[in-house]
Amino acid sequence: MKIIDGKKLAYEYKQFNENGEVESTLKAVDGVDLEVEAGDFIAILGHNGSGKSTLAKHLNAILVPTEGTLYVDGKDTKDGSKLWEIRQTAGMVFQNPDNQIIGTLVDEDVGFGPENMGVPREEIWRRVEKSLKAVGMWEYRSHSPNKLSGGQKQRVAIAGVVAMQPKCIVLDEPTAMLDPNGRKEVIRTVRELNRTEKVTVILITHYMEEVIHADRVLVMDAGKIVMQGTPREIFSQVEKLKSYRLDVPQVTLLAYELRKEGLPVPEGILSIEELTEALERCRRQLCQ
Amino acid sequence: MLKDITLGQYYPADSVLHKLDPRVKLLGTILFILSLFVFQSVSCYLVATLFLVSVIKLSKVPLRFMTKGLKAIFVLMMITLVFNMVLTPGTPLIRIWKITVTVEGTKIAIRMAVRLIYLVLGSSLMTLTTTPNHLTDGMEKGLGFLKWFHVPVHEIAMIMSIALRFIPILMDETDRIMKAQTSRGADFDSGNLIQKVKSLVPLLVPLFISAFRRANDLAMAMEARGYHGGEGRTKMRPLEYQRRDKAAYLILAAYLTAMFLANYFVKITLPAVW
Amino acid sequence: MSIKIENLNYIYGAGTAFEKHALKDIHLEIEDGQFIGMIGHTGSGKSTLIQHLNGLIRATSGRILYNGENIYAEGYDMKKLRSRVGVVFQYPEQQLFEMDVFTDVCFGPKNQGLPREEIEERAREALRQVHLDESYYRKSPFELSGGQKRRAAIAGILAMHPQVLVLDEPTAGLDPKGRDEILNLAAALHREQNITIILVSHSMEDVANYVDRIVVMNEGRILLDDIPGKVFAHDRELEAVGLAVPQVTYVMQALKAKGWDIDSSVTTIAEAKRAILDALHRKS
Repeated sequence: MKIIDGKKLAYEYKQFNENGEVESTLKAVDGVDLEVEAGDFIAILGHNGSGKSTLAKHLNAILVPTEGTLYVDGKDTKDGSKLWEIRQTAGMVFQNPDNQIIGTLVDEDVGFGPENMGVPREEIWRRVEKSLKAVGMWEYRSHSPNKLSGGQKQRVAIAGVVAMQPKCIVLDEPTAMLDPNGRKEVIRTVRELNRTEKVTVILITHYMEEVIHADRVLVMDAGKIVMQGTPREIFSQVEKLKSYRLDVPQVTLLAYELRKEGLPVPEGILSIEELTEALERCRRQLCQ
Repeated sequence: MLKDITLGQYYPADSVLHKLDPRVKLLGTILFILSLFVFQSVSCYLVATLFLVSVIKLSKVPLRFMTKGLKAIFVLMMITLVFNMVLTPGTPLIRIWKITVTVEGTKIAIRMAVRLIYLVLGSSLMTLTTTPNHLTDGMEKGLGFLKWFHVPVHEIAMIMSIALRFIPILMDETDRIMKAQTSRGADFDSGNLIQKVKSLVPLLVPLFISAFRRANDLAMAMEARGYHGGEGRTKMRPLEYQRRDKAAYLILAAYLTAMFLANYFVKITLPAVW
Repeated sequence: MSIKIENLNYIYGAGTAFEKHALKDIHLEIEDGQFIGMIGHTGSGKSTLIQHLNGLIRATSGRILYNGENIYAEGYDMKKLRSRVGVVFQYPEQQLFEMDVFTDVCFGPKNQGLPREEIEERAREALRQVHLDESYYRKSPFELSGGQKRRAAIAGILAMHPQVLVLDEPTAGLDPKGRDEILNLAAALHREQNITIILVSHSMEDVANYVDRIVVMNEGRILLDDIPGKVFAHDRELEAVGLAVPQVTYVMQALKAKGWDIDSSVTTIAEAKRAILDALHRKS
């Protein structure tokens, strides 16, 4: 079943001058077709300003397309009467952990979404407990968010979305402001949710290491989807990625460089093990 | 230096006082403060002291957290004291050069000091034992009747609780921007008043920009999580009076009665000089 | 000409419930013209340490000598120190406040009390160094892209002509291209102007390509201080404190474990490529 179904989706930012006339327009998203199956883990890559965040904001109906259509779980995002249903279906986690936590205590924040939805009290507490446990933050339930690390804050934000029981979670550069440990925490949590709870995940990022485990990777540039495929397919095109202001993980790059030197290393190496095994094979061939 | 401000600081502990309904604590604080101004005899101060000390004991909040709040009003208090001691006419107590300290003035000053200290202790006890959110919940529900007069009670409560959450964040930010501009040679301390005000521009402009960006982000995050005003909202911690809250109201009533009785029926005479 | 930190301790909020021994017995000597990477995760004390270098934080005990002079000595000119040791904070674009980029860059030299022509000359020079051409001078800082804003902010420090440039997480939040631009800029300043650079980061891979010395901080102490190759040889120790060595180092170690005759202390992709090719050539 398709949870996200976008056709020729476009979004135009208009800049007005003092007289209220349109001065310039910028197509941040330009004719994107996006289909996501329920339960998938999708990663969207792109440099800053490629339009990936604008696209993400459509999935939660924060923005509605100026052209084309977008259906979230069968509901048209342009239909204002479905707005709250859509926001409940597709939860959203943002970049800055400080600017999305509303509660002064961890559990209060996680309960914020269900409170807005009018969920009865006992049920809210059940959900708060379940989602805080799912992200491994249950022990911190009565802490102040200000005292947590960046990674922990993002996990609280994820729990806040999980408590709304969405079918799909959109994460808009959730790790951009975190240190490597925080980044790992968040990605581990998201993968876990995708695997055990079967939540559809759409991860927007520019960190290459984070997309290795995705089912499908989309690359955006100038508002368009310019590459699409499995992580291996994407990472085998090193030069093309560089032309979109992106890079590849170090092992992939090393494998690519060795391949250029004529070693029989396969394309799109993703892990240290893959590379060492490939090199082992080279050595054995040479020995013979 | 910015970290010394204890405004709305909450001290987590497991005490009866922490568990009380915020409405009880709000009303209790207001009545306690009022009682200090209405009843002013020595015996009443004894009752108030007894009440305050037992409540502080119950709260399990260390005393030094309470006294922090006092530091902030110390200067104000000293000024009031000196003015009262010197400017009140009456029997001279001490005479230094042309300044006469009177007995009456000293009496008023001491009363004033006691009242001020109790007022600060009483209200900081409330903020120390009540989370800001709980407090705004209490206001929202306690003042809920104002909705009938078209006062947006829910919105005001929400604004307050968000402001309280962002105060520490913006304080850190102020500190960081100040350091960054100091690294660029900015000087926030020296110069006359006009120069000082001018020197704040490199601090305030980035701070405002950041506050607006945060507000924008937060509004988006709240909408994304389905926030659409107070309508149809449920509460994970709804306020319902428990047995202990009713007991607390009774104790409060008992305190007020004791104050009343002490004021009219108990006369404590102090040594002759007073 | 150097920075010498002797026996430095910093205790934060002494005597309160929040007391924290943020820096413990730090000894560090930074020679002129070095390019140093300072690594550690959040809370390791690295940001606190660099704020000592230009006197923003005063140590609880110990001393700092800048060019042989104790910066805590009475009458020491802190303002002058701050123009010699330029500190670029995390997300420096958040400190931009003037109406246009050029005026903002002038703020630092203006505070140094220089004559107007020199202020403007320095601003132009600094903006040239960060590759922002004249078309950006009169633009509002808020019209620039993320990477450009950050470069403008760095120009604001460069215009003060520092001898030491400290960059705190200068690549945070930038995309790969933006990250490379900033790191290459730091390398060029080091190479062409012989400025001492201290690059604070939590990414080993980022710094490995550029620096000639790595200082690893953990829990307020200096854990390791050596050339990159030797620091990365302590991979177990680094992992224990939550830091990872670059992926290439892991590859080399894995190969060595499989019996390859290879130098496992390489730190960059170019070095790794050469080492692997050499090892295979020797075989054949």
